[in-house]
Amino acid sequence: MLTLQCPYCGVQAEETELHAGGEAHLKRFGPGASDEDFEAYLFMRENPKGVHFERWRHVNGCGKWFHAARCTMTLEVFGTYSAQTSEPPQSIRAAISAKRPGWQWKDFA
Amino acid sequence: MSTRLAHTGRLLTKARQIAFTFNGKHLTGFEGDTLASALLANDQMLVGRSFKYHRPRGIIASGAEEPNALVGLGTGASFEPNQRATTTALFDGLAAASQNHWPSLDFDVGAINNRLARFFPAGFYYKTFMAPRAAWKHLFEPIVRHSAGLGKAPRDRDADTYEHFYAFTDVLVIGGGVAGLQAALAAGRAGAQVLLLEQTPHYGGRAPVDGGKINDLPVDKFVEQIVAELETMPNVTLRLRCMGAGVYDHGYVLGYEQLSDHTPGIPGPRHRLWKIRAKQVITATGAIERPLSFAGNDVPGVMLAASVRDYAVNYGVSVGDRTVVVTNNDDAYRTAITLKTLGLEVPVILDARTKGGGDLMVQARALGVRVETGKGIAKVLGTKRVTGVAICTQAGEGAVLEEIACDAVAMSGGWSPVVHLWSHCGGKLIWDAAQAMFRPDVDKAPTGASGEAFVLAAGTANGALSLGAVLSDADAAGKAAATATGHKPKSDSAPQGETPAEALIEPVWMMPQGAGVKLRMKSWLDFQNDVKVSDVQLAAQEGYESVEHTKRYTTLGMATDQGKLSNINGLATLARALNADIPAVGTTTFRPPYTPISMGAIAGEARGEIFQPLRRSPMHAWHEENGAYWEPVGHWRRPYCYPRSGETHADAVAREVNQTRASLGLLDASTLGKIIVKGPDAGRFLDMLYTNMMSTLAVGKCRYGLMCSENGFLSDDGVVARIDDDTWLCHTTTGGADRIHAHMEEWLQTEWWDWQVYTANVTEQYAQIAVVGPNGRKLLEKLGGMDVSRETLPFMTWADGALAGIGCRIYRISFSGELSYEIAVPASQGRALWDKLLAAGQEFGITPYGTEALHVMRAEKGFIMIGDETDGTVIPQDLGLNWAISKKKSDYLGKRAQERSHMADPNRWKLVGLETVDGSVLPDGAYAVAEGVNDNGQKATQGRVTSTYHSPTLGKGIAMGLVLHGPDRMGEVLDFPRIDGSVAQARIVDPVFFDKDGEKQNV
Amino acid sequence: MSDAVSALDGATYDGLVRLEDLGLRGMITLRGDLASVALKNAATGVAGVDMPAQRRANTVGERGLLWMSPDELLVLVPHAEADQATRTMQATLAGTHFLTENLSDARAMLRITGTPTAVREVMAKLTPVDLSPDAFGPGDVRRTRLAQVAAAFWMPDHNTFCIICFRSVASYVFDLLKAAAAPGSAVGYFDQS
Repeated sequence: MLTLQCPYCGVQAEETELHAGGEAHLKRFGPGASDEDFEAYLFMRENPKGVHFERWRHVNGCGKWFHAARCTMTLEVFGTYSAQTSEPPQSIRAAISAKRPGWQWKDFA
Repeated sequence: MSTRLAHTGRLLTKARQIAFTFNGKHLTGFEGDTLASALLANDQMLVGRSFKYHRPRGIIASGAEEPNALVGLGTGASFEPNQRATTTALFDGLAAASQNHWPSLDFDVGAINNRLARFFPAGFYYKTFMAPRAAWKHLFEPIVRHSAGLGKAPRDRDADTYEHFYAFTDVLVIGGGVAGLQAALAAGRAGAQVLLLEQTPHYGGRAPVDGGKINDLPVDKFVEQIVAELETMPNVTLRLRCMGAGVYDHGYVLGYEQLSDHTPGIPGPRHRLWKIRAKQVITATGAIERPLSFAGNDVPGVMLAASVRDYAVNYGVSVGDRTVVVTNNDDAYRTAITLKTLGLEVPVILDARTKGGGDLMVQARALGVRVETGKGIAKVLGTKRVTGVAICTQAGEGAVLEEIACDAVAMSGGWSPVVHLWSHCGGKLIWDAAQAMFRPDVDKAPTGASGEAFVLAAGTANGALSLGAVLSDADAAGKAAATATGHKPKSDSAPQGETPAEALIEPVWMMPQGAGVKLRMKSWLDFQNDVKVSDVQLAAQEGYESVEHTKRYTTLGMATDQGKLSNINGLATLARALNADIPAVGTTTFRPPYTPISMGAIAGEARGEIFQPLRRSPMHAWHEENGAYWEPVGHWRRPYCYPRSGETHADAVAREVNQTRASLGLLDASTLGKIIVKGPDAGRFLDMLYTNMMSTLAVGKCRYGLMCSENGFLSDDGVVARIDDDTWLCHTTTGGADRIHAHMEEWLQTEWWDWQVYTANVTEQYAQIAVVGPNGRKLLEKLGGMDVSRETLPFMTWADGALAGIGCRIYRISFSGELSYEIAVPASQGRALWDKLLAAGQEFGITPYGTEALHVMRAEKGFIMIGDETDGTVIPQDLGLNWAISKKKSDYLGKRAQERSHMADPNRWKLVGLETVDGSVLPDGAYAVAEGVNDNGQKATQGRVTSTYHSPTLGKGIAMGLVLHGPDRMGEVLDFPRIDGSVAQARIVDPVFFDKDGEKQNV
Repeated sequence: MSDAVSALDGATYDGLVRLEDLGLRGMITLRGDLASVALKNAATGVAGVDMPAQRRANTVGERGLLWMSPDELLVLVPHAEADQATRTMQATLAGTHFLTENLSDARAMLRITGTPTAVREVMAKLTPVDLSPDAFGPGDVRRTRLAQVAAAFWMPDHNTFCIICFRSVASYVFDLLKAAAAPGSAVGYFDQS
């Protein structure tokens, strides 16, 4: 059972205090979007064996959504960070690079 | 025969005699006995029948690995099946019963299977029960069901209590043998917080039985000293009778503590499940001795060599007067030496190794024990009890050299480290060919959140077999764990262990190595599930090359002991059959728990009244006192109806509907979700959430709104009230309150984080009471305090004020089509207002109504219900709710999705009313059939029922449904087949059945 | 207001610890910019205590401030003052972006008292939080779960936990704590620490 540190309240929360919210950094497509973009936004998801970016909510806690970067193979957690960003911050990327050189995830590396 | 010895028994208090029963027979033992040792002391070697062939089975081991001695314990509300006699502490009044036999343990009809064993090979069930199909129902299934399962499920409700406990520690040590104790000491001395779990009632593990010296002290003395030191350390906690059950991600470990199994009746929980989060875990779980695979190795009286020694030393029990020892390693010599020293006979030690053993062999010979090297057992003589062994050369095919009379056999095939807990969370193993064992691969330990290893194996569990090696390995593990948790270990050295020098083991996977099929068919690998060497060989021959497939085909290792004795022998047998190396075949996956844990411990406190949270409205007690029949809605309980004496539920619902429509009804609507949305961008935000426009709603007004998911499907509905310039109150469905609040926060926090909006879920702040019916206004006027006239408080408005002195907010909204006021008051005063309304309403025949009357009335009005008319695939357009979808907005959640071609398809089924031709009630969920068949050859359909009720108002069945081109087919009659084969006919009508112009609500 | 009742109506239980319903208490949710002077003034003005740091609780008697999230406080006042306190804060914060709601009746407040060991152990049977004295002590507040429901708790002193849960599950939480405090169920884990 995972533990993740909520970057908003600082609590090292266990999985039962959290709610998993799926893939992070999706770009919303609304009216006017092409069928392809809309389909990708709604349904197409990364399923990596390794580095992954996810959304979590500290639901039994401060109620805040946050982002987590972790390895789906080993469950190593590279870091958690604000939900109010459309891409992982440099500090998180550096932390991943230190452990998984050459990683890539969608447009991020 | 097995019997009690006069002078040994280091764990016994012989002054305390204990009475117990086995299969109704009255027996006695001593305090400190296990059920198994007490049974053996009473010469009860036969303890059960095997699962498949019903062969007589005896106790084979002395600990958690025991596969045979499973009994039913207790009676009635404290009955529990499949308990291991070897780990069950004896207590006064213990009642045990053997399992898996009929009519009696000594005479068992099912044993006929044993005679037919050659017709029941591995995969027999898969191969046999294929055809004919009809035979399944009438022949195979009844037989399989009758003989399936081990033990009997309890019939009564469990009388005991259970609980969980969350603990956090730097270092968790699993195992309280000398390794675990030394590791705990090393970590504890460094200042780390240490928790140590030992599954038995004693510290020290098996080292005190095995002998040797530590720092020149007898092992018992050393254990005493180290435990005493640990107990004085404030940063160390020791728990006995607490098993490390499983190791999980990020340092999570389950501990299973048995608090009162040995002292039933004392107050407090029976078991406690520890939910431990440890920074470092040390598995000091010891090792398990392997059986040898020779014919008749399951005959009662054949036991693991170290267990024979345990019974003699720990419990003062001799398993037999004449015990033959058979081994491939030095350790079993200890058993011979122990028995001989106690004055028992050891006719021969059969050592499969041609060169025999080391110092211990010399000692045994010096005691006058005959040692035969390069020899083994061809077969065991006897059925319900060993009467002798036929010996042979290990190198041969089993030609009998000699028969030796004996009443017990002590066997040792070597030792397997208990790597279960190491492996649970991904720790890898390596094959140690020299010691013939899988042991933890220290370079591939389980890793935690940091990516670093968090499990260390120590002592025998790490493959260190001699006492000296165990202690130094454990000391190093304790220090490493302390370092990893930020502590500085002392630079002291590990205690010195002294034991005789040993010769190397020689792996023996079959005895004799050239055993023919007749012998192999009687050489057991898995004693509990009756899997033999021949079964595994057959599986290999039939193409089951993967160890995981072989396991499932033969059921090897799938019994309640999870193959603690059988796995290594089984996979070695498979490797031989496949002509592969053991590491290439590998092991099956080790899964938690280490041994079975009780269902009660898993449930913890969650049983009875607190099985799950039950949400109560402020008027819950009134409903209960007035005979409400409950309907669970999420975790809420809402009154479905309030039946009076002699009334059926249908009668009660009809009365509640009729009285409300005729005069006055009262509904507890407190469970409806209420969410405050406030801020400069609140209007813009709500315009995105709802399909219709909420930003234009005037202060003081209410508007019904729909919410969709991004996928376009309708997800919730409710009335929104504009409170002030930047504040709205959104009502949601009862089930939607938490979900919609979370939905709002999700969009605000993760997409529109620059919008200035705050939300608050205020659902439970208010008791909300709906006063419904033509006399509603009169009732409120009678209570007094607010102007509730049509002019001051018209339909779809709200106002703040006080009724009967209670501050409130009244919403003029209606879900029934009647004149209706929904009154919100602080929850603490909900019951007070409810009582005042009831009292004042007497003159109008005020009638509290439940959720079913609410449903009927809304259906009569054609109002949709989330969860009835919607099921996650329905869009508002399907329900004729286009009027609630803004055409002016460029965007809202779900808008883009609703533009997809499938959503705009004119062939989507649309909402209509349905009226049966004969006035009956349509079955819920029934389908309207069409001509022809679909792609699957099934009857084609053209619609389905979404809500269906008897309408007391109209005196007939009414329904709503989704129908192909429905709104264009008014008056058409559709066929709805019922489950019984008959067909209901219903006419398509307008979904508003009652008061189409809304005259009753708008007064 | 004489008709007002708390969900548990003053229930008590004595086991390993004493368990009590604290009756009606004023609990006001305040959301806004916790760093702003206006908000600090509004909160401390009605609560009469200092602004709490992250995950901290400042309480004196029935008054106090609990840190709930980076943009949320729970303001504790006597129940009878809650409406007025809410209006006072609204007036203080007028013109800024904030939300304040009197949610006193949406919740229940319970208390357990006993030895420092016993109160920690009773709680540790129900909540997945490290309650060793090094990790959690007087002045700390934690929002988490008790068994299957959301809850918040803090320690006014070493012998006491105050617990807030939703009103609808007050009975459930009371019964949970009762079960956890049943005689004979002491764990002995925090004894040494």
